[in-house]
Amino acid sequence: MAATAATAVLAALRGFFGRFRWRPQAPALAGGVRGAARSAAAGRPDYDLLVIGGGSGGLACAKEAAQLGKKVAVVDYVEPSPRGTRWGLGGTCVNVGCIPKKLMHHAALLGAMIHDAPHYGWGVPQQVPHDWSKMAEAVQNYVKSLNWGHRVQLQERKVSYFNMKASFVDEHVVRGVTKGGKETLLSAKHIVIATGGRPRYPTEIEGALEHGITSDDIFWLKESPGKTLVVGGSYVALECAGFLTGLGLDTTVMIRSIPLRGFDQQMSALVTDYMASHGTRFLRGCTVMSVKRLPDSQLQVTWKELASGGEGTDTFNTVLWAVGRVAETRNLDLEKAGVDINPKSKKILVDAREATSVPHIYAIGDTAEGRPELTPTAIMAGRLLAQRLCGQSKDLMDYDNVPTTVFTPLEYGCVGLSEEEAVARHGADHVEVYHAYYKPLEFTVAERDASQCYIKMVCLRKPPKPVLGLHFLGPNAGEVTQGFALGIKCGASYAQVMRTVGIHPTCAEEVTKLRITKRSGMDPTVTGC
Amino acid sequence: MSSLPGRRTRHSPPGPSHLSSEAREELRRRLQGLIEDNRVMIFSKSYCPHSKRVKELFSSLGVEYNTLELDQVDDGANVQEVLSEITNQRTVPNIFVNKVHMGGCDRTFKAHQSGLLQKLLQKESTYDYDLIVIGGGSGGLACAQEAAILGKKVMVLDFVVPTPQGTSWGLGGTCVNVGCIPKKLMHQAALLGQALRDSRKFGWEYNQQVKHNWEIMTEAIQNHIGSLNWSYGLSLKEKSVTYANSYGEFVEHHKIKATNRKGQETYYTAAKFVIATGARPRYLEIQGDKEYCITSDDLFSLPYCPGKTLVVGASYVALECAGFLAGVGLDVTVMVRSILLRGFDQEMAEKVGSYMEQHGVKFLRKFVPVMVQKLEKGSPGKLKVVAKSTQEPETIEGVYNTVLLAIGRESSTRKIGLEKIGVKISEKSGKIPVNDIEQTNVPYVYAVGDVLDGKLELTPVAIQAGKLLARRLFGGSSEKCNYINVPTTVFTPLEYGCCGLSEEKAIEIYKKENLEVYHTLFWPLEWTIAGRENNTCYAKIICNKVDNNRVIGFHILGPNAGEVTQGFAAAMKCGITKQLLDDTIGIHPTCGIHHFGDNEGIGPGHHPERLLRLGLLLSSLPVCSHSFQT
Repeated sequence: MAATAATAVLAALRGFFGRFRWRPQAPALAGGVRGAARSAAAGRPDYDLLVIGGGSGGLACAKEAAQLGKKVAVVDYVEPSPRGTRWGLGGTCVNVGCIPKKLMHHAALLGAMIHDAPHYGWGVPQQVPHDWSKMAEAVQNYVKSLNWGHRVQLQERKVSYFNMKASFVDEHVVRGVTKGGKETLLSAKHIVIATGGRPRYPTEIEGALEHGITSDDIFWLKESPGKTLVVGGSYVALECAGFLTGLGLDTTVMIRSIPLRGFDQQMSALVTDYMASHGTRFLRGCTVMSVKRLPDSQLQVTWKELASGGEGTDTFNTVLWAVGRVAETRNLDLEKAGVDINPKSKKILVDAREATSVPHIYAIGDTAEGRPELTPTAIMAGRLLAQRLCGQSKDLMDYDNVPTTVFTPLEYGCVGLSEEEAVARHGADHVEVYHAYYKPLEFTVAERDASQCYIKMVCLRKPPKPVLGLHFLGPNAGEVTQGFALGIKCGASYAQVMRTVGIHPTCAEEVTKLRITKRSGMDPTVTGC
Repeated sequence: MSSLPGRRTRHSPPGPSHLSSEAREELRRRLQGLIEDNRVMIFSKSYCPHSKRVKELFSSLGVEYNTLELDQVDDGANVQEVLSEITNQRTVPNIFVNKVHMGGCDRTFKAHQSGLLQKLLQKESTYDYDLIVIGGGSGGLACAQEAAILGKKVMVLDFVVPTPQGTSWGLGGTCVNVGCIPKKLMHQAALLGQALRDSRKFGWEYNQQVKHNWEIMTEAIQNHIGSLNWSYGLSLKEKSVTYANSYGEFVEHHKIKATNRKGQETYYTAAKFVIATGARPRYLEIQGDKEYCITSDDLFSLPYCPGKTLVVGASYVALECAGFLAGVGLDVTVMVRSILLRGFDQEMAEKVGSYMEQHGVKFLRKFVPVMVQKLEKGSPGKLKVVAKSTQEPETIEGVYNTVLLAIGRESSTRKIGLEKIGVKISEKSGKIPVNDIEQTNVPYVYAVGDVLDGKLELTPVAIQAGKLLARRLFGGSSEKCNYINVPTTVFTPLEYGCCGLSEEKAIEIYKKENLEVYHTLFWPLEWTIAGRENNTCYAKIICNKVDNNRVIGFHILGPNAGEVTQGFAAAMKCGITKQLLDDTIGIHPTCGIHHFGDNEGIGPGHHPERLLRLGLLLSSLPVCSHSFQT
């Protein structure tokens, strides 16, 4: 209640201050460089902690440090996308990632529920159209309320916020440049880099940059993207293609090699099978050669089929690139501070304490080399880093057994090792895989196909058969996976999971009833109750 | 030993007989089990030369035997004492062949010489079956099939006595026919109604008022149940379990009478029996209840829409039914005598109720019906209900189309001839007391599922208990069914999942000062755009400070609570502590950072993750302070 009301009030307030741009609180009023330089020269930095990047990791770190009594500043600036899309405070997750993605995924799921409803006795019309603009406006308004919420929180915790583009002057001083070109120098004892990443454009392809969009734009479109080509096999590509299909759009996914690289490949195949059987078109083993705008403003895409060498072409309203992300480190002038990056990935090299090659400069989140690109990981890493910096704790972030969920039409949740990885680490003879195809109860009456609802648990074969990985494909996979991730964190063995009594009737209970091993060759289809 | 010297109230006789009568009974049962289960059973002492000679004799005959070495077990002296009560023989070895008491070493050798021993050994089992299971529900079927897999000859007797309204159903028991399965599907129908309302906010366009059709829903659900009944029958056939659609009744030891629909009687014998007859809804025993009221046994196959409904009771069955009836658009009132969801955490129970109330379910608290009268015939008809206050001499009246009684369940144990073979039941509840291996006071008779005294009435528990029982009886296993930390979910409109202790129970066992309760309200991401209420979904965990902050209770009220709770139950099985909970990373999306106004954040978010953040968010809160909202 409080928050809904608050949201409304805040939305009204936004009218006064303009959409996302906030006046910096710092005295960056006069022209030229001001601020930190003087005090830094005098040996006393402006801040205990300066965080570059106001995304999930950066904000968590800044707020935690401020709460522990430190003087903290956050510098955040969103470079508009090539299509001109920009957004407010909160980073990828809030603005162009998980939040709008999950909401649009939910809109698509609701479409499926409308389809189910007549089976359950609801007199819903046969064809229910979807209004993109209405959904997008609701999603965007919600995201804007979150932007505001983040600002308020920083203020409450007395964290200084600068809407400026940051770059290093030296290892203790950062230059901030506002949109209007005004500069401020900020110095700090500790600096955390949390600038995240942005979608990669395949600029080598003719027309890619001019005519394509990315996930930075899709959630902010005011009009429906129409017939869409999604290029890439990443989870971003499949999630976007999934909800676009679910909202009734003609959607094609073009993948050069494999979908969901890094994830368990059997699960990945099932994810795409389900999508294909629910209307998403897949072009496998293809790569785009050119994108041209036709006089009727449609986009003509020409591609090459890698195996045959042949060519294909089709027209689309929208081409969405989802071919990976690049760490946002280019414009930071890291060399001036002496911070080392991996020249290939452009990511910042860090140690277990998140420290870079410069001991008082740290990097967390998507911009740090070798870390999972996940919001909750960044948040926890940021918070733990702040606690260590403030002498509150010595705990290091544990990057093992991080659960995650891909919100494709049939959701895929996993934690721990993929089957391939388990076999690579321990050898096929030492790994036991328990698996099952199951049918969610709700699918029966709705006459939905459950061919891809599948679970597998990867264990060490030697007693007590510790669980190495859990993979769940089905409705509410995120909710299902979360608790089991806790169990795996506690060192769950196969027997412990089997001794857990099920909750009937749920999908999650199937995890506690996995009896068939892959090795046995028996049919893993669940029958009966 | 059982009593401490300081507490001893009466002088015990010397020697080992400090056994309480209960423990003595228990031991006697165990010994009789051994005697019954083994073709040759030798009670011996490992150093005794006579015992050794007897074992050598059986070995030379190529006969397998089981032994219990009294000098090597903790309660050997007690065993010896109880054995002497059974056999009038205090010495070892003490030998049984095919359940017949042979005596000691000399008498066994004599029997061998006279040929009596060989005769006894040759005696084949004379029973028709190794196992007869009475009741074809979740527990019974699981046990029967597992026993059959282990190579035993098994029979299942299942017979559904029609309800006073004449409703009957097929194989599979309560869960499949009149419980979890149809309940969850009707709950899903109600959730879809909510989804339809939400969908407009997410851009789906349709204008007309969407109506619900009870008959279409019920037919679809009954079709699914029909397919399950069929597949259960098939599964029994595949495993060569004999199935009879007959009513089973004990007539004498090891013998049962099976009466089919036509009244034909057949008699079967078995070495072992499992009672899994479950329970049926109770009636009020007031004027008009059996004639005009229905129960959950009737609701799920009701051929017409129940219309304006009074649900009597506040059990989970009552609240679930009231929830989905309201969810498909009916006018629903719940009449509650005292508290909601007895046995569940009461803070959670009240929240479940208040959500229902906010969503149109009316509650009449502290009233009980005293009379139900028929005003009009029809499908549905019209009923007048008179109810009286439990506190004042006040009486109220109401008119409903349907009155659904959900005031508890009665074990189906009083009419199956248990008294003929001396199986004890609790006089009051009708439930069957068993030991920790599901054995009744009659050693060859076992029980699983809802008929058990003091155990949980849950399908998965019955299945687990049934399977493990079969493995112990016939598979050489010793694994017992563990009834601790069993998770469950109440499928009310806002689902409530829990595992472990309620706050009340935790305080009772561990004392308030040893507990820390972490809790949070949360706002599911999907609810934000749908414009659904904030500060409604709620989660709490109860930790035992004295035991490393181990999680001893988990409670969550929110969408998909069942799916969420399951994994946490697995984690509790692994001994999850608060520290480990804090160390586990949440799943996206949710940045649990979207808090508004208040300091420690009740924001929207994907709720499991939010829960993980409980500790960090709320660690500064005092125990059980529930006022953390600004």
